[in-house]
Formats: sequence, C-alpha cells, structure tokens
Amino acid sequence: MAAPENPQQQAATIRHAFGNVLSFLILLLIGVLAFSIRLFSVIKYESVIHEFDPYFNYRVTQFLIKSGVYDFWNWFDDRTWYPLGRVIGGTVYPGLTLTAGTLWRIFNALNIPLTVETVCVFTAPIFSAFAAWATYLLTKEVKGVGAGLTAAALLAMVPSYISRSVAGSYDNEAVAIFALIITFYLYIKTLNTGSLFYATLNAIAYFYMVCSWGGYTFIINLIPMHVLLCIVTGRYSSRLYIAYAPLVVLGTLLAALVPVVGFNAVMTSEHFASFLVFIIIHVVALVYYIKGILTPKMFRVAVTLVVSVGLIVGFAVLAVLIALVASSPTKGWSGRSLSLLDPTYASKYIPIIASVSEHQPPTWPSYFMDLNVLAFLVPAGIIACFMPLSDASSFAVLYIVTSVYFSGVMVRLMLVLAPAACIMSGIALSEAFDVLTRSIKLQLLAATENPQINAGDATKVTPNDAVKTEKSEDSVKERSSRKSKKKEKENVEKASSVSRKEKRLLVLPLEASMIAVFLLVLLGAFYVVHCVWAAAEAYSAPSIVLTTRSNDGGLHVFDDFREAYAWLSHNTEVDDKVASWWDYGYQTTAMANRTVIVDNNTWNNTHIATVGTAMSSPEKAAWEIFNSLDVKYVLVVFGGLVGYPSDDINKFLWMVRIGGGVFPHIKEPDYLRDGQYRIDAQATPTMLNSLMYKLSYYRFVETDGRGFDRVRHTEIGKKHFKLTHFEEVFTTHHWMVRLYKLKSPKNRIRGKTKKSKSKATTTTSSKRIGARKKNPWH
Amino acid sequence: MKRIRSDLSLVFIFAFFVLFSTGFSDLVVSKLDRQIDLSSPVVRTTISLKIENNGANSVSEILLPFPEHQAKNFAFLSAKISEGKGKTKDSSDSIPVAIATPEGMPPAMTWYSVSLPKELVKGGSLTLEVKAVFTNILRPFPEKVTQADVQLVAFQESAHFLSPYRVKFQSLAIKLPEPKIESYTKLENTKFSGSELKYGPYENLPPFSYSTVVVHYAINKPFAVAQELVREIEISHWGNVQITEHYNLVHAGAELTGEFSRLDYQARPHVRGASALRNLVAKLPARAHSIYYRDEIGNISTSNVWSDSAKTLLEIEPRYPMFGGWKTAFTIGYGLPLRDFLFQSEGKRFLNITFGCPMSDVVIENLTVKVVLPEGSKEFTASVPFPVKQSQEIKFSHLDIIGRPVIVLEKTNAVPEHNQHFQVYYKFSNLSLLSEPSMLIFGFFLFFVACVVYTHADFTISKTSPSYLAKLQWDEVQTTIQQFLNIMNRCLILHDKLEASLRDLSRTGDVQACKAARKSADSLLKELPKELKPLLSFLQSSPQAVQITPKVEELITKERELQEKLMLKHSTVVEAFEKKSGARDIDSRVAAVQQKITLLRQEVDDLLKVIDEI
Repeated sequence: MAAPENPQQQAATIRHAFGNVLSFLILLLIGVLAFSIRLFSVIKYESVIHEFDPYFNYRVTQFLIKSGVYDFWNWFDDRTWYPLGRVIGGTVYPGLTLTAGTLWRIFNALNIPLTVETVCVFTAPIFSAFAAWATYLLTKEVKGVGAGLTAAALLAMVPSYISRSVAGSYDNEAVAIFALIITFYLYIKTLNTGSLFYATLNAIAYFYMVCSWGGYTFIINLIPMHVLLCIVTGRYSSRLYIAYAPLVVLGTLLAALVPVVGFNAVMTSEHFASFLVFIIIHVVALVYYIKGILTPKMFRVAVTLVVSVGLIVGFAVLAVLIALVASSPTKGWSGRSLSLLDPTYASKYIPIIASVSEHQPPTWPSYFMDLNVLAFLVPAGIIACFMPLSDASSFAVLYIVTSVYFSGVMVRLMLVLAPAACIMSGIALSEAFDVLTRSIKLQLLAATENPQINAGDATKVTPNDAVKTEKSEDSVKERSSRKSKKKEKENVEKASSVSRKEKRLLVLPLEASMIAVFLLVLLGAFYVVHCVWAAAEAYSAPSIVLTTRSNDGGLHVFDDFREAYAWLSHNTEVDDKVASWWDYGYQTTAMANRTVIVDNNTWNNTHIATVGTAMSSPEKAAWEIFNSLDVKYVLVVFGGLVGYPSDDINKFLWMVRIGGGVFPHIKEPDYLRDGQYRIDAQATPTMLNSLMYKLSYYRFVETDGRGFDRVRHTEIGKKHFKLTHFEEVFTTHHWMVRLYKLKSPKNRIRGKTKKSKSKATTTTSSKRIGARKKNPWH
Repeated sequence: MKRIRSDLSLVFIFAFFVLFSTGFSDLVVSKLDRQIDLSSPVVRTTISLKIENNGANSVSEILLPFPEHQAKNFAFLSAKISEGKGKTKDSSDSIPVAIATPEGMPPAMTWYSVSLPKELVKGGSLTLEVKAVFTNILRPFPEKVTQADVQLVAFQESAHFLSPYRVKFQSLAIKLPEPKIESYTKLENTKFSGSELKYGPYENLPPFSYSTVVVHYAINKPFAVAQELVREIEISHWGNVQITEHYNLVHAGAELTGEFSRLDYQARPHVRGASALRNLVAKLPARAHSIYYRDEIGNISTSNVWSDSAKTLLEIEPRYPMFGGWKTAFTIGYGLPLRDFLFQSEGKRFLNITFGCPMSDVVIENLTVKVVLPEGSKEFTASVPFPVKQSQEIKFSHLDIIGRPVIVLEKTNAVPEHNQHFQVYYKFSNLSLLSEPSMLIFGFFLFFVACVVYTHADFTISKTSPSYLAKLQWDEVQTTIQQFLNIMNRCLILHDKLEASLRDLSRTGDVQACKAARKSADSLLKELPKELKPLLSFLQSSPQAVQITPKVEELITKERELQEKLMLKHSTVVEAFEKKSGARDIDSRVAAVQQKITLLRQEVDDLLKVIDEI
C-alpha cells in the first residue's frame, strides 16, 4: 500500500507547498499594493508631512532623534501654550514617535541616509502593509486562508483607512490600526489555541496599542464584551480564560507604564468593564471547577447557597462602586468617551470638541465614499459568520456591530469600522467564491466523468466521492519534521472536513454560478476603481499645499502656508511669540519654529478662549490681551482673495463661541445679524470692528476696488480702515496668510503715567480689559 | 558719512609716509588707467599699469598696496602681463600674486607682490593688468529704507591710485548702474556724463598720493549674499555626479523698515520693491538631471528649468520676495553624467568640475566644497587654482562600511570669478563597485539560510520537561488518529466500490465482475484490521488519548457492523441475480438491510467528523 502512495503524497506535498508559496506571494503583493496606493500624495504633490497633527508628531520625532528617549520622556516644551508650556513627554501617545524613531535608527545603523522627514512620511504606508497582513492573520483565524487573503486585499485599499494613512499623513492612527488588528488577531489566536505564549504576545500588542492611540479603550471594552458574550452563551472554556485573564493583568500593568495613561488604567470608567468581566470570568471558572468535582445534586445545593450569598455581597460592592463613580462630575469618563456614549454631549458642553469637523457624525454618503461596496457585503459576511458560529466568528460579529455604532457617532471612528468591514466582506466574498467555484468545478467534473448521470440530479452528488477520495488519500502523511507535519495536518484536516461538508451543500447550476462569479469580479473591480480614485483624488492632498487646474490645463500651486512659515522662521527673532487660532499652532511650531500661544492639543480651554476673545475684540482690547501674552506677531488665514473656504473668517464663530464660553462679555448674538453670520454691509458693528475682521480685510478693498470676498460671495461691509495698534509685516502671494506685528506702545504722556501704570500691571484678565474705557497709550 | 570722514584722516598718514618712501623710486608708472564697475553689488576694478624701470637693477617683483578697508573685502585679485601694443593685446596666463610685508611700511595697508615671470631689466617696460574684485564694499546709506524708498549706497575710493611708485599719468573711470547720482566728491578734472563718472587725468603724482572720493548713488539691485554655501559633490561610479548645494541667503542691501505691503508690491513691483530679490538664475552644466529645489519644510514650487545642448538654466524664486535684511535658506540639487566630469590620467582618475556657485550674482561669504569620493578611494589630492583651506573627513552613506573619503575645501568671500575648474585626483578600483551589491546578495542569502534553518530546527528549550513530552505524545496520538482515519476512509471507499459494483451489476448483469470485485474487496478489508490493531493498541496505551479511544473503538465496531451488513446485502443481491429474480424483488429483500446500512453509514460519518475535529 505504501509504495503506490508515494507519488501521490509527493504531489500533495508539492501542491501544499505551492499553495503556501502562492499565498505568500499574494500577501507580498497585497503589501506592495497597500504601500503603493498610498504614494499618490508623493507623486502628485511631494514627499511632505500633511495637515496639522502630523506636524506635531514630526516635531516630536525630530526631538526624540536629536535628544534621545530619556530627554523625550522629560520634555517640557516651552514653544507652545506660552506662557504655560506643555509637558510633551507625559501627554503624548509615544507609540508612533518611538516607532518612527526606531525605524530611523535602524536605517542609520545600516548607513542608509534617510532624513527624519522621509521616515515619517513613509511610516503610514509601511504600517498599512503590516495592517493588511495582520488582517489576513485575523481573518484566517476566523474563517480560513481564503477569507484572510480577500480581507487583506480589501483592507489594503479601503478608502477610509487610506484617508488616514497616505504617505505623509504621519498620525497616530497610521500605526494604531495595525496595533488594533494585531491585538485582535492575537486574542483570537489565543482563544483558538489556548496558548499562554500568544496570550503574552497579546498583552504586548495591547501595550503597543496603548502607546499608539487613545482608541485602545475600544479594545479593552470590546474584548470583555466578547468574553461576557461567550460566557453567557455557554462557550466558556479554559482557552477563553487564558485569552482573557493574562491580557487584563499584564495589559493593565503595561498600560500603566505609558505616561499619558498612567493610573488612568485603573482609575477611569473606560477600564472598569474589563475588571468587572475579569471578576466574572473567575467566578465562572470557579463554578466550572466545582461543577467538575461535585456530583450534580451537591452542585445544585452549592449553587443556591452561593447565589444567595453572592447576590448580597455583589449588590453591596456594586453600590459602593456606583457611589464612587457618581461622586466625580463626569462619572469618571473623559469628555471624548462621553460624547461617544451620548452623541449630543460635546455639542452641549464642550464646543472645542464639537468644533473639530472630524468629531461630527458622518453623513450617509460618507459611508459609501469610505467603504464603497463593503457596506453592502458586510451583512452577507455577518450571515456567513453565523454558519457555523465559533468563538472567533462571534468576535468578528461583535466587532462590526460595535464599530458601526461608534462610526455613527464620529466620522473619525469610521477608521475603526474599516477593518471590521473588510473582514466581513472578505468572509462574504470568499464564501461566495467558495460555493460558486466549487459548484462550477463539480459540474464540470460531473460533465466529463459521469456523462450518464443526469447533471440535474446534482442533489445526490455522486461525483463528490471522486473528489473526496482524492483528497482523503492525500492525507496519509509520514513526515520526519515535527513542525511541517503539524502544518500539513492542519491543512489536511481542513481539506477533509471541507470535502465532507461538500456533500451536504447544494450545488448551484453551472450557468448561474458562472454569472455570479462574473458579477462578483465586477463588484470587486468597481471597488478597486473607486479605491484608486479615492486615493488619487480625494485623500492625497496634503492641505498645506493647494493646487488648482487652470482653464488651459496648467497647474497652479498655492503654497502660501509654507511661504508664511518660512518667512517667520527666517525673519523673526527665535523667541518671538506668534498668536493665531489654534488650528495653526502645530504647524507654526514645527515649520516656523516659533512659540505659539495655543495649538491643536486643546488641553487648556481658558487659554484658547483668551485667544478667541482677543480675535473677537476690537483692536485696542485685542492689542492689550496680546501684549499681556508677550505676543509679537498675529497670524490670520484669509481665503477671500482666492476663495479658500477654510479660513479664519469662516471659523470666526467658533472663536466667539469658545471665547464667550469663558469670558461672558463676548456674546455670540453681537456678531450675528438676525441670527445670520454675515460680513457685508449688514453685519453688526461688533463684527466689523473685531480684530479678526480687520486683520483679514486690511487694505483688501484696494485689490479690486470694491472688496469682493470670493469665499462668502459678498462685498465686505467695512472697506476703508486703518490699523492703529498693528502693522502688516507680511502677506503671502495669494493673501492666504497675513502676518501682523503688534506696534510697540507710544511714549507715555507725563500726566497720565501713574494712572496707567497701576492698570498696566494688572492687565491679565480680559474682563478687566473690557471694563476699561481709556487706552493709556493715547 | 561719519565713517567715510574718518577714512579721510588716512590721507594725512599716507602723505606722511611719502616723505620716507624712497626705496621704490627705481620704478615709474608711466600710464595708469583704472575702471571701477559699480553696476552690481560686487565691485570690480580693472587697473592697467604701464611700468618702466628707470633704475640700475633689474626688478623681479612689483608691489601693489591696498588700504585696509579695501583689502579686508578682497574677494579676488589677479594680475596679467599684456604684451604687444595697442588694441591687440594678447594676455598671458595670470601670474602669481602673494601677500608681502615690506619693511618699514605702515600697517594700514596690505601689500601684494606680483612676481614677474621674467625680470624687468633696466630701461625696460611692461604693461600689467590687475583685476581686483571686492565684496561688501558698498555701504547702504541710509541703512534702513521703507518699501517705497530707493536703495542708496555709498562707495569710497581714492581718486589717485595708491602706489608706491611715482605715477606720471593716471585716470579713473567709475561706472554706475543708472545715470542717477545722489552726490559725489568733486575734485579738479571731475566729469559726470551718462552713467559714468571720470576723475583725471592727473599727472606726475608722487608715491602714496591719496585723495578720497565718495560716490553716493542709487542701485536697485538685490544684494544677494550667501552667508554660508555648502556644495557637496558626490561621485558615484555607477554613472552619476550628484551635487547638492545648501544656501543661507540674505539680502545684504538696505534693510526694510516699517510695513511690507503685498498690495503695493503686487500693484507696482518696480517702485515698491525695486531692490527686492525676486529670482536667481543658476547656470548648470548641460545634461543636468533630477534637479530639485527645496528647503527644510519641503519643495519650493516656484522654479523653472530651460536646457539646451550647452547649459541648463535653473531659475529659482525664493518662497517670498526678499527685501533688505530678509533671510532665507534653501537647497538645490542636481545630477550630472559622470562621463562629462570624470577622466583618467596616469592610472589615476580625476574629477574636473567648477568650484564656485552656479549663480552669477551671488556673493558667498563662506563657501565649503565637499567632494565625496567613492568608498575605497585612495591617494586623493585636490588641485585648486587659488588658495583654499583643505581638510578631510569621512562620510557614511548608502550601506558603507569603512566610509567615503571627503575632501573639504573652504573659501571665504567667493565671487563668480572663482567659478573655475578644479581637479580632484584619486585612485579607485572598479572591483570596489561590486562590494555593496555583493554585500546585499550575501545578506539576503544569509537571511534565507536562517529561515531554512529556523523551519528545520527544534528550538524547544527543555527536551525533558513534562509539557514537552506531553506535546510529543499528543503529536503521536494525532498522527495515529490520522492514520486511523485514513484506514477508515479507505474502508469506506471499498464500501463505495462494492456499492458501485452492485449498481454495475443491475445495469450490465455481469455477475462475474461483481464477484471479482467482492473478492478483491474482501481480501483488502481483511488486511485492514491487521493495520488497525497496532494503532488501536497504541491509542489504548497512550494517556493522552483517553478521551478519543472510546470514540475510536465505537467507530471500529460500527464500521464492522456496517461492513457485515454490506456484505450481507452484496451477497443477497448477487444471489438474487444468479437466481434471476426481478429488480423489485431484490429491492424488497434488501430494503431492510439497506435502511440499516444508511443508518450505520450516517453514524460512521458523524463519528469520523467528531474524531476529525479533535
């Protein structure tokens, strides 16, 4: 028997080896695809850091590389939030920075001279490739290799993820999505194998996730939810225990090591769910253990006893816990988490969170834009997960359900939904292809081998036997290598189980399955086309450089932001302070290397409100506020000349709102005419006299004679005015950035010296400023 | 003006020294023409001296003194002897000029000595062409201007050439950029016409005559000064010379004070911002490629390239128009084909490339040229046509192990006149070219070998630990079960074959074939229990298989039963056929057995699945 089997066995080995090599190659190509589809921004624009937050991360990375890790932990940044400063080492998620820093160090150790900027620009595409591979692993654990490969390919080009990880988008999410998926993979892997090795790896992956992104709370809530689900549905096993208990203990300990999390890992409500489930799983484990050593009758007695006592104790503990949590004003939740649970929370209480566009709920088209056909494939994937429902597939279902909810609250969290949608769609597509191709294959086999048997009589499926024979004969294995033997076995087991399953499945008619395959391929093609379009057109703009196509096909570049930052960095003193709205804080510190008053890390609402107040105050009051903050230059972004819509005039109402939230003398209605925001002749005098209006439109009327604002499509209200306390020092080519210098105070008039001196010393709060009538400098 | 006046006092000092200077009386300058070009921020002076030797001895060197304030701004000085007469001068190579310190001369002057290639004999004469280039010698006055003001500068010079020799006849011509002049010192024989200011001719002036003139005029040109320029020339023997130039540029003209209004600048660029630096043109060699222009925050999009067969012109605009006192920093880089610049001679290779900056109107205060030679170069020397400071360093670049030797040449106050070719000689073996690719190949090879080793090696730490042994046992159990399942599957296949033979029988009625099939199946099925026995005994003995063994045993019994029923069915059918009974009859006879068979088959399948899943 053994002799004739050898060639067959060899053929099988070769086939498996071929399959492995093929899937390895496919994975490699998926990685290349994930990397290269994100390079549109470099090809169409340039290799540059994008937007706002990435500039901060870039600056932190530069500091890390220049000064080393220990200085990084202790970094107190005096270039921002003047005069408060910011403890960067303790308030930043260090994962991304450390990752890029390590990458840079490795390259430099190999004498490959890459600049820090290059490494930062390409970190996101590299990690997208990693994320695609991690998706393969995760989906493979859930539904096998085919689904894994499909899901990885889908994730490699899902627009939602591309929007956050194009080359240059050097933000936390770029690394965090990889960390998220790999953590989930290791959890599922532990759950499937019950290996402590993977459990440890899982805790480390979780640590990396905590380092990288605040979204780690999603993991530490989702996994306990799944554990609870497993327990409730009677799927408790020792594997579940091994998957969960070490993660909570090790993960929490490791998370507490990250300075920005610290004791939050045990103090805030975001983490309580995990501890609660930790207790529950121990109770359940105890119950199962006792059940094993007691007779059923004894067990019932014990249950009644324990339940009655346990309920009393449990309620007491719960009451104490609730009392503790309720004693804190936010119920122990951070603002952003609360706005997740209660979507209206932010708009009610925290205008700063509400003012960020990515914290708004998404619109329906954005689902189609970001997920495309995945949105339709997800339900099919969920159905596929239910037949048969395993621990792993129940996790996948739970993941998609929760992330759909979160993405509905905040646009930004669409990013968390994307991997789940890819996994589900991958499963759906792969199952569909599985069924369709198998029925095609069987039909063809039936047609060639057994022409006598009626093809229509396919429900009986006699030809299956042939397939089955072939497959089960493969499974005779005698291998010397332990490892490869194991691998082979896995494959064989799968193959034989599949072969047996085949018998029970219906076989679809040949024509129908052919058409279905064709349609599915078409669907995939649509997805690819859409993704490439999204990557090339929608998401690759770096936002610091704008381009337009002129009518004759030429490309016009608006590089005003960098023009202004370059001017600041070369032509002002190193210690000069620049005031601007907080959006431009990170860029100013990173590109111009000048001290700013507020930046995109909106940790101090009062400070931002002060700047908002200054911008919404009349010139004189604003000068005093800025002067009290040692400000030398004021930067405003103005799009009226070229029609750049996200300028400061359009953001002005938020400044008024945030300023008014802290300093009540700024009232929003003063800036609105009959509830309408306008800048034309109908605008209110408060609006027309505010600093922001004046700095934006200073001498604007002289450009075209009537002052037509191309963003608001109106003529401006107040056309000819002079600045008394500010002077224009620089305006960029397209007027998009205007820089003003605070004029130094005029010499004091002798008679008024005493009076003004006493006031000048107390010029700190803007309320006081508002109350003052006379300007001491006149 | 205060500074200018203080310089006037120098005149008296010079007059004082005139009394004591007797040593140079042998030589007489019979005719001296000076032309000063003030049309650009770099001041270029051309002096042509006709020198006669009236003394007894032949003279081999000629001394040229310059006042201190000029000497410290010297950028370039060259002297040529023009032979022949009239307009058809054929100038010879420039002759060496060195700093000299003659005895007993005042310290307020710097002396340069021109060594003549052949001695000037008694009574002989020659014409010396001296070209001197000064930087930073034009003083913005006023020092700060508003955007609307015109940039004015003051220039100070002596109407008489400061000479240690007696000058018989001399004149001075100053060329201005525009025919507008704010003020100038009026001496005898001063003439201002067009954009030229003429002093002289003056005759028979004693040595060290000095008479200050100050010209105050408008110059609407940007004073582009690179405070620092680092040019890195990297040679790659794969066919490229990569040049990277880092500029630190400042507009050294009159500083801008007050507002900068973009509106005014855009509306009337030539009035409001006449002296602003808008663009620079770099003249790069032909076939320059991969040109980039950027600064530390990214690409600067305002640049243009034109190229023809002789040159490549790169026009760059700074990010913002530069007014007086404004600074900027940027980098330009380009690649050049190696064969245009690298040559071989006497077993050595040499690079022949220009030294200075490719932009014609930029003054460079500190110029550093770094020539990065390929890794493994030996015996390298640089030869530069003018004095520079040389040093060496090592640079590590793409996958280097020992690093690349770098020749660093430093020069202060470089002007376009320094844009001459210089040579770097070195030895390099072509084999070294292959070191990095072979290193990569070797590295990947090692990586793959490591992978192969990893997949074939067993990295368990302890071979005796209970968990490891348990794992081994479990593996064995799994293989056994796998073998067992295979046997079962074969068994089932045999069953299927039997069934198939029955079907064939009903179709063809070939009893003999059916019997043969039965016989072969019987013999095969008989062998199977033999194979099963060791497996089963192993499973029973193994502690790991406690859970599975009962299932396995159950499966075996079920299978036996199935087998028996099947045999029964088979023999019944065959018998019936031999008796030629009708198909319906056979069916009714077999029906009961068939039902049981289906049932058993179902059970066996389920059991197989259960075991498989373990």
